[in-house]
Amino acid sequence: MQEWEGKKVFGGIAIGKIYVYQKGQQQVRRMTIQDPDAELARYQAAKEAAVAQLQELYEKALQEVGQANAAIFEIHQMMLEDEDYQESVEHMICTQQVNAEYAVAVTGDHFSQLFANMEDEYMRGRAADVKDISERVLTVLQGQSGGSVQFSEPVILVADDLAPSETVQLEKDKVLSFVTVHGSLNSHTAILARTMGIPALIGCPVPLDATVDGKMGVVDGNTGKLYVDPEPAFLEQMKQKQLEEQEKKQLLQALKGKDNVTLDGQHILLYANIGNTKDLAAVLQNDAGGIGLFRSEFIYLERDHYPTEEEQFQIYRTVAETMGGKRVIIRTLDIGADKQCDYFELEKEDNPALGYRAIRICLTRPEVFKTQLRALFRASAYGKVAIMYPMITSVQEVRQIRQIAEEVKQELQEQGIRIGEPEQGIMIETPAAVIISDLLAKEVDFFSIGTNDLTQYTLAIDRQNSMLDAFYDTHHPAVLRMIRMVVEQAHAAGIWAGICGELGADPALTKTFLEMGVDELSVSPGNILPIRKIVRETDVAAYRQEMQERT
Amino acid sequence: MREFQYVIKDAEGIHARPAGELIKLAKTFSSNISMCKDGTSVSCKKILAVMGLGVKQGQEITITMEGEDEDAAYEAISRFLEENL
Repeated sequence: MQEWEGKKVFGGIAIGKIYVYQKGQQQVRRMTIQDPDAELARYQAAKEAAVAQLQELYEKALQEVGQANAAIFEIHQMMLEDEDYQESVEHMICTQQVNAEYAVAVTGDHFSQLFANMEDEYMRGRAADVKDISERVLTVLQGQSGGSVQFSEPVILVADDLAPSETVQLEKDKVLSFVTVHGSLNSHTAILARTMGIPALIGCPVPLDATVDGKMGVVDGNTGKLYVDPEPAFLEQMKQKQLEEQEKKQLLQALKGKDNVTLDGQHILLYANIGNTKDLAAVLQNDAGGIGLFRSEFIYLERDHYPTEEEQFQIYRTVAETMGGKRVIIRTLDIGADKQCDYFELEKEDNPALGYRAIRICLTRPEVFKTQLRALFRASAYGKVAIMYPMITSVQEVRQIRQIAEEVKQELQEQGIRIGEPEQGIMIETPAAVIISDLLAKEVDFFSIGTNDLTQYTLAIDRQNSMLDAFYDTHHPAVLRMIRMVVEQAHAAGIWAGICGELGADPALTKTFLEMGVDELSVSPGNILPIRKIVRETDVAAYRQEMQERT
Repeated sequence: MREFQYVIKDAEGIHARPAGELIKLAKTFSSNISMCKDGTSVSCKKILAVMGLGVKQGQEITITMEGEDEDAAYEAISRFLEENL
């Protein structure tokens, strides 16, 4: 058994035959042609076919990986239709009487060289894009099947590197995993692979020859290992692990693209909770309808200084753009209690859960709050951003927040900076907020119930104290009644209400929440499809009747 | 003929995506529209040329337009740059 290690792109286990993929070594020969017009027509037809392929890829990628990642295929189309590129090819065919293949290859080399020589690293990377489009036209000209990789059986694909277009057009049901010798974690390829959700490794120094090709292989995307010719006992063990993962996966596949609608036609929004931009791939992969809770704390926790407006803006914008037009609810900073950050220099408290945290910090340190709000308002120009404020206990606080937000908005407008119209809502996570939810509903655009804190405050039980586990009843009627009350008050005021705490993902309560009329559940990405399954199997009217009969 | 100067604010410079959007926008006008950086001038309707300029954050470009709809182009392109780059 040989063993190779690479960088993990995506987890999961793949077992199968290894296929070493050599790029279509497109041997291009210079040939003299007799009829330049016919050759021009061949080129035109090939170019149009290539553009059509790219359009298909664009649409496919749009579905699978979101607008921001799909845009590359639109750019490729524009490059193919670029006047300078076309003129160069046509000019060579006409004046030098060469075949279209040769003209395309030389033109492609010329333009990719132009980028390869630039100082800027990003621009040097674009040389690969120009190569990619030229190879696409060559493939069409040479009568191959548009570069798509075909296999007779499912394989572990091992390659030197893969162009974005190669990755996306792999026949997915035939590719168990891919392993590349080169490529970076932030390359288009790695991002696409993550979003496609196949176990993958990059930077794996495996030889691309007969010592590997055609052999049995195991890729463990969780540890970053590729095993070639595994021993039987080891293989058996990996098969067992894989089986467990597959069972989960199958459930997911069947439910992707389906509506979150009950048997009797009631809809609910299923959004994802994320703590980091790294989670975005999982969000798309699990078919979330939006992001219901983006915990912005990580931006603060992973730094040793206050994050700047620009740093924050770039992160929020990336999330908004990746999600396309889907709603992205970003919660403002929730530091304090169990989440500590040295440079905030917070004093030690005896009772931090009831202490100086979240919005209380923001309202007493408006400069920190305003920096974040500026970044959020700016990002709202790039997608459907919503801002959510945590730990609210009074109407007064909300008015104060809205006042500060209004100031920020005006400042930005005066500076001529583009902003959007973000929705602004609050977390309902204190009993006080529940009791005055009718008043709060008049001040905001939406509610999201944070059940973790709400439960601990309602039951007066410290979540961190394991001795109290026996008393901590997550289904306590007090909490459930509170949720019902919040939803009713929200609807009475014409706004929507969701749940973003752990309870939202509790499958035993999905029916209850549907019956209460909860508009949205925000859960970790991996829980979206399991909850969707329950929603689709629920008959709310029948369930309501059943409950009434029981009481 | 109309022209204006603009300093790129986007941290990544004129990268692929906004370049693509700019070309799409420029193509909606019949006027000749060009972008000039350090004495090199290219058509705003050609993506490889625009990207080939490799304009980075903090660098100044001059946009020139000439033709029937130059005023409308001026409006649209200056707004696009302000908002996206």
